Amino acid sequence: MSVAAAIRTRDVGELPSRRDEDWRWTDLRGLIRVLPDASEAFTGTLSPGPFDRLAADHHVLVNGGDARIDVAAGKKTLVALRLVSRGVGAHASRVTINLGAGARLRLLESYESDGASVCQTALTITLAEGAALERIVLAQDHEDAVSVSQAEVRLSPTADFGQTIVASGARRQRLETRVVHPGGRASARMDGVYLVADKRHTDHTTVVTHEGVDGTTSQLIKGVARDQARAVFQGKIIVSEGADRTDARMGHHALILSDRAEVDAKPELEIYADDVSCAHGNTVGAMDEDALFYARQRGIPEPEARAMLTEAFIGQVIDRIWFEDARKVVRKWAAERLRV
Amino acid sequence: MLSVSNLHATVDGKPILKGLTLDVPAGEVHAIMGPNGAGKSTLSYVLTGRQGYDVTEGGATLDGEDLLALEANERAAKGVFLSFQYPLEIPGVPALTFIRTALNAQKKSRGEPEITAPAFLKLAREKAAALKIDFEMLKRALNVGFSGGEKKRMEIFQMAMLSPRFLILDETDSGLDIDALRIVSEGVNAMRSPDRAMLVITHYQRLLDYIKPDRVHVLAGGRIVASGGPELALELERDGYDRYAKAA
Ligand SMILES: Nc1ncnc2c1ncn2[C@@H]1O[C@H](COP(=O)(O)OP(=O)(O)OP(=O)(O)O)[C@@H](O)[C@H]1O
Ligand SMILES: [Mg+2]
Repeated sequence: MSVAAAIRTRDVGELPSRRDEDWRWTDLRGLIRVLPDASEAFTGTLSPGPFDRLAADHHVLVNGGDARIDVAAGKKTLVALRLVSRGVGAHASRVTINLGAGARLRLLESYESDGASVCQTALTITLAEGAALERIVLAQDHEDAVSVSQAEVRLSPTADFGQTIVASGARRQRLETRVVHPGGRASARMDGVYLVADKRHTDHTTVVTHEGVDGTTSQLIKGVARDQARAVFQGKIIVSEGADRTDARMGHHALILSDRAEVDAKPELEIYADDVSCAHGNTVGAMDEDALFYARQRGIPEPEARAMLTEAFIGQVIDRIWFEDARKVVRKWAAERLRV
Repeated sequence: MLSVSNLHATVDGKPILKGLTLDVPAGEVHAIMGPNGAGKSTLSYVLTGRQGYDVTEGGATLDGEDLLALEANERAAKGVFLSFQYPLEIPGVPALTFIRTALNAQKKSRGEPEITAPAFLKLAREKAAALKIDFEMLKRALNVGFSGGEKKRMEIFQMAMLSPRFLILDETDSGLDIDALRIVSEGVNAMRSPDRAMLVITHYQRLLDYIKPDRVHVLAGGRIVASGGPELALELERDGYDRYAKAA
């Protein structure tokens, strides 16, 4: 049962539903009565993508298709990967990314849609020993779209993987990352930011499975939900038997700015090993009204004060992005959505 | 300058101020003393427009203008500044960024041009030096992890930067060490001028040795129950509030 299979067979029975434990808050089966026809091939010209100016190497998939990015051992590169949906059809894309030993990749990945499309992207990412990948994902979907991205990441010892997923929701938007972590001084950063408004929905689901000793995972997800929007965070870190001396930290913090917005969070640490250092924190709350009054007493009008405080809240995740140019793009993107 | 008359106010529905009358003319410094829970901080929040502090009767004007009709930020732009008894932490916003945003918002509200970045930095260096504040501290998130005394000093730094006309100091002396008390007091005294006025809330005469008040008021039970010259503070230090508790 998978979104990809449903799109391929046009059988809604293949869609994940409430009955699937980790889809209970993003029930596609209950939402989609009939799957749209396959998307048509796109022939027009595309407007610029969010990372065009930063990368020389571009992979653009419109309405499905396959892409492959290989970075040879010891090489270093910067790639923009743009996944675009045009129209109201259904389609799936597949992306394979391989980093050789000691290779370094900055991946600037973006999702865009312009209507009630149903799309799924499957990414298979492999890092050899000592490789480093920073994945920045900017998901800016249409309010009527159903957009699913599913990444499977396999790390080798001493590899460094960092990701920051930034999302503004869709009719249903699901951003899923599963990491197989070998320990061995490899590290994973699993960050995310969501800013959802109107009736949008976003779902950040991550699973990191530590299989060997001496691995590190650090996760910080922050989000803001307003209007009638809904955000879902499901973060799981599994420390398998024998994955001793794992260091895993998870934090999810959300601000709810209206009575009708909703945030559902399920942070989980499952530990079967010894001498493990783990911490997790999860907070969902309203804006700090006292801090807001303090800012207003200094002369800052209320809307500006609110924007300043929420930007600062989100900024603590953005600051963790390694690549400075991407950090700027993300910061600007967030500011535009918060200063409304 | 500030004129408060027969002010009644509730906090979350509970009556706290019960007919408070007070006049602070331009150029003067007035001290307010009074027992814990008398309503001193409540008065400062009512004057600055904090949510949940509702005026049920009476009023307050600044230079004849109805203060209570204005938004909190508008009052600030008119020159009302409160040095908080418990300053708030602003995570993720560097002190300098916060103050520049505030200063420019006030200027915008008054129809003045924004301050340029170099002019702002020059002003900040000057004021920080006068208050012996390490400039590096101003790059940290405002008040986050600051000690109690550092927060109080930062309040006075903000005051110096924003250059308000009506200053309310709510227990600015609490938490300050002996040297800091002197430095902060000098900072406050530097702001005394014929077109400014101050309301200094304190429990201790010691502060008033540095910041010499023109008048001293006793606030008890939500009202001003006695007023006098600086000697009243000395008398309170000696005798306590017993006799005023009855008056309230
Ligand atoms: N949210 C609230 N709900 C109910 N009562 C409140 C609330 N906030 C304050 N009060 C009460 O209002 C009264 C006045 O408080 P206020 O802080 O103004 O006193 P104060 O004179 O500043 O005291 P202190 O010298 O201890 O600072 C106190 O009895 C306090 O408990
Ligand atoms: Mg008080």
